[in-house]
Amino acid sequence: MFITLLPQRQQIEIDGRRRVADILRQLGLLPGTVMVIRGDELVTDEEVVENGDTIEIRNVISGG
Amino acid sequence: MMKCKRCRAKAEVQVRHHNAAFCRSCFIVVFQRQVQRSIEKHRMFTAQEEVLVAVSGGKDSLALWDALIELGYRTTGLHLALGIGEYSQVSTAKTVDFAHHRNLPLITVDLEAQGLAVPTLARFTKRPACATCGTTKRHEFDRVAFENGFKVLATGHNLDDEAARLLGNVLHWQVHYLAKQSPVLESTHARLARKVKPLYRVTEYETAVYAFFRGIDYVIEECPNSVGATQLMYKDALNRLEAVMPGTKLTFVQDFLTSGQPAFSAAADGAPQSCEACGMPSFGTLCSYCRLRREVESDHLGHPPRAARTIA
Repeated sequence: MFITLLPQRQQIEIDGRRRVADILRQLGLLPGTVMVIRGDELVTDEEVVENGDTIEIRNVISGG
Repeated sequence: MMKCKRCRAKAEVQVRHHNAAFCRSCFIVVFQRQVQRSIEKHRMFTAQEEVLVAVSGGKDSLALWDALIELGYRTTGLHLALGIGEYSQVSTAKTVDFAHHRNLPLITVDLEAQGLAVPTLARFTKRPACATCGTTKRHEFDRVAFENGFKVLATGHNLDDEAARLLGNVLHWQVHYLAKQSPVLESTHARLARKVKPLYRVTEYETAVYAFFRGIDYVIEECPNSVGATQLMYKDALNRLEAVMPGTKLTFVQDFLTSGQPAFSAAADGAPQSCEACGMPSFGTLCSYCRLRREVESDHLGHPPRAARTIA
């Protein structure tokens, strides 16, 4: 699967199908701090991202 | 498959601290109801009052403006073009687009055109950019509200902002700040509007989801000056607690407001005087913003830098 991290605009590729919760854990991201977007929909932690899917993980925490 | 708590359709978003999941359309309804409930519970404003909404171009303030419009409130946007390079240019463009496409009234103050961009203020006064930014925002919000006759000023502070601020105030026992940390700050001066935070019960995640669901084109990039900000550390600490104990942030803020804050009320500052230079509220002869301006102007006269030549 292909992952774009925003706002860093960083591209990551992970092999195999994974649950969203497992992807976030692998990337060290806390639940509730990012939106996981596939196409024009959000995906919940329990959903599975397939090997060929492209997702966007968008940070929602702002500071200052 | 996770199902929507309201309509049992496939859920698109999970709200852990309410132990619930929602589909897109139900989430929008629930979000707007939460905002409405906060406005009514704290008597922030009525449907008859004109509300000045501070909008940065970020998710929170644009989500707030959108929700207030959807709920039928009368609003005008206020945007400060802070002059922080490309970040500010994009922020202003997105705010202007939002207002234009919805035919909403928007007041824009261009600080860079006045020679008072945040980087200029920071460079001349040798203060942290975030400190000069905060002072400028508070002054300009108050000034524009007063000069345009607004009695209510709404900001997009969310639950994460309030919880992080509370944690910082508690860690340093800032009793004066604890005394006035509230979703509503009543006016204490003839030139001060009532300040309200209708999003104080919704998390940063919820405002981002609302903005996404509503198709709001907001600034995703972070302000370059926020890198390493203390508030981000507090938010991270709170989110680590929230991950294992959902509801921690909401309980922290709500219980403070009901049980903690009254204990600090005696530490509240009295009513402010008026600034001798601009007439706005001040706890000294000059308000913080006029002191900041004078530092810039005196430095400018002694060492005229190119960036400050437009100061009036």
